[in-house]
Amino acid sequence: MNSIIFSAGARILVALLLVFSVFMLLRGHNLPGGGFIGGLIGAVGFIVYALACGTAEAKAALRVSPEAIAMVGLGIALSAGLAAAPFGEALFTGIWIWVGGDSYATAALKPNTVLVFDVGVYLVVLGSIVSLACAFEEEV
Amino acid sequence: MSWLLALPIAIPFVTAVIVYLLRNRALGRWISLAGSLASLAASAALMVAVLRDGVVAAQMGGWPAPFGISLVADYLSAVMVVITAITGLATAVYALGEIEERLERLGYHALFQVLIAGVTGAFLTGDLFNLYVWFEVMLIASFGLLVLGGSKEQLDAGIKYVALNLVSTLVFLSGIGLLYGVTGTLNLADLHGAVAAVEDQALITVIAMMFMVGFGVKAAVFPLFFWLPASYHTPSFAVSAVFAGLLTKVGVYALMRMFTLVFVGDVGFTHEILIWVSALTMLTGVLGAAAQTDFRKILSFHIISQIGYMTLGLALYTPLALMGGVFYLVHHIIVKANLFLVAGVAQKLAGGTDLERIGGLYKSSPLLAALFVVPAFSLAGFPPLSGFWAKFLIVKASIELGEWLIAFVALFVGLLTIFSMTKIWGMAFWKPHPEGIEPTPDRVPARIRVPMMLPIAGLAAMTVLIGFFPEPFVQFAETAAVQLLEPAAYVEAVLGLREARP
Repeated sequence: MNSIIFSAGARILVALLLVFSVFMLLRGHNLPGGGFIGGLIGAVGFIVYALACGTAEAKAALRVSPEAIAMVGLGIALSAGLAAAPFGEALFTGIWIWVGGDSYATAALKPNTVLVFDVGVYLVVLGSIVSLACAFEEEV
Repeated sequence: MSWLLALPIAIPFVTAVIVYLLRNRALGRWISLAGSLASLAASAALMVAVLRDGVVAAQMGGWPAPFGISLVADYLSAVMVVITAITGLATAVYALGEIEERLERLGYHALFQVLIAGVTGAFLTGDLFNLYVWFEVMLIASFGLLVLGGSKEQLDAGIKYVALNLVSTLVFLSGIGLLYGVTGTLNLADLHGAVAAVEDQALITVIAMMFMVGFGVKAAVFPLFFWLPASYHTPSFAVSAVFAGLLTKVGVYALMRMFTLVFVGDVGFTHEILIWVSALTMLTGVLGAAAQTDFRKILSFHIISQIGYMTLGLALYTPLALMGGVFYLVHHIIVKANLFLVAGVAQKLAGGTDLERIGGLYKSSPLLAALFVVPAFSLAGFPPLSGFWAKFLIVKASIELGEWLIAFVALFVGLLTIFSMTKIWGMAFWKPHPEGIEPTPDRVPARIRVPMMLPIAGLAAMTVLIGFFPEPFVQFAETAAVQLLEPAAYVEAVLGLREARP
């Protein structure tokens, strides 16, 4: 697509979409949102970029191939699920560690596997959607 | 207990991640094979537990039913998981010979393992939305495998495949939304009671029809099958064997699950429609095959006609018919995957799959010919092979119900199946090669030929085994059918967990 308006506008739009996707990912922890929708929004960002500047540019902007992102994401999500094993819990049970307190309300820091899982999902969705879109864009 | 159910899904996923990272090395394909072996072991362990306890259930993440995601394995689920693992292992061995390094670099093994994980997940889940997620996992992985290598023909097939399957998942998803709106739950065991308690049963029947259409596209029943023959003949043979063996069966499985556990309020209406859909599916599939002259296209149309038998087993809705349906499902996965694998060897030896342009396979490779005859005649229902018992049960069930026309159609389709199989036999194996080539086995180096022949022999042996010793398999199918028709144990296994956990 050779429209100057589009490719100029795309740069701003892409930046906004990517920031918004990370916002959605983090917001999903307690409110509607999460890794899946965040990943979709992020993917839309890269697809807009690919439409404006070509898939080669978009892939260069990703730096890593989208398939690799998806697979690493799958690995992260899986390890978050498998982390329940040493604790003797069922697969994908959320494991929480309270720092500076002893419950959800009082703890200052709450590192947990749920967020790790969400990040994994974010990467899976981002990677697989971008790779699908690029496959069509390149061949057709 | 929960790990027993989770491992058959988790192992292929873990394998997928590892083999993707190793995709540029030869080690990757061996790890993929090891992963398939481990999946088979995990499924066998699950099968042992199911044989012992009847129904096994677990809650993922420790969230109690009906709020969390349940994984449930009854007889039907367990046997489907085992057969998925067997097909996965057979095609993983086959891929050692067939799949070129170029495709391996693109991530063939990783996609393959994700596909197996998706299929296994769909068989094990006890939650409707989770089933939708597994459908999506399968769709993404199968699309990737379908277009891997990126020829124009493959991409054309891929677009048709994805577009039509997306329509199906949309209908399915809308059905899920409506069902949730009416009952407030998506746990299958919970839905069993909740759907029966809904006052407006007409609305439930409408939703049931949406599910029938959604799963019907997946299962490729009449008149929703057209995506299948448009796409299954384009990817590599290992891929099309997995597709042919497993993907449509997930649709049949979902139909069986939903229309025995949830939508049984108006059997006279919904299952009557299924009977005629099944009959037309059988007929159109087999007639479509008669018009084709490509090895894989003939086989693709036969998938459709065989699906009709399985849905017929569900539609007749008697213990005998469902038992036949379950038996058919298992028998057909083995046989159909095997036929596609044979087609792959035939292509390597004779240089193509267009029956007009190949030939002479019987003379140069009697072993391949013998291994083709077993699944081909089993498909047609020739005694004493596995297909005979499967057809026998279905036909007997329809005669018992006085459905003479249906029984006649089932037998007639079997006859036409023999016609197609003898056509392949005559043109690919019997007649001399039109270009005078002798397709002897040594045209293909042993390191490619041996891994391709091994799984064919193994699956053929299983077909013969089921054919000669059908008793334990029939008994198993009978228990599976009883469990489907009386889902009390299933519901108890899932919702009983609610009391166990505060």
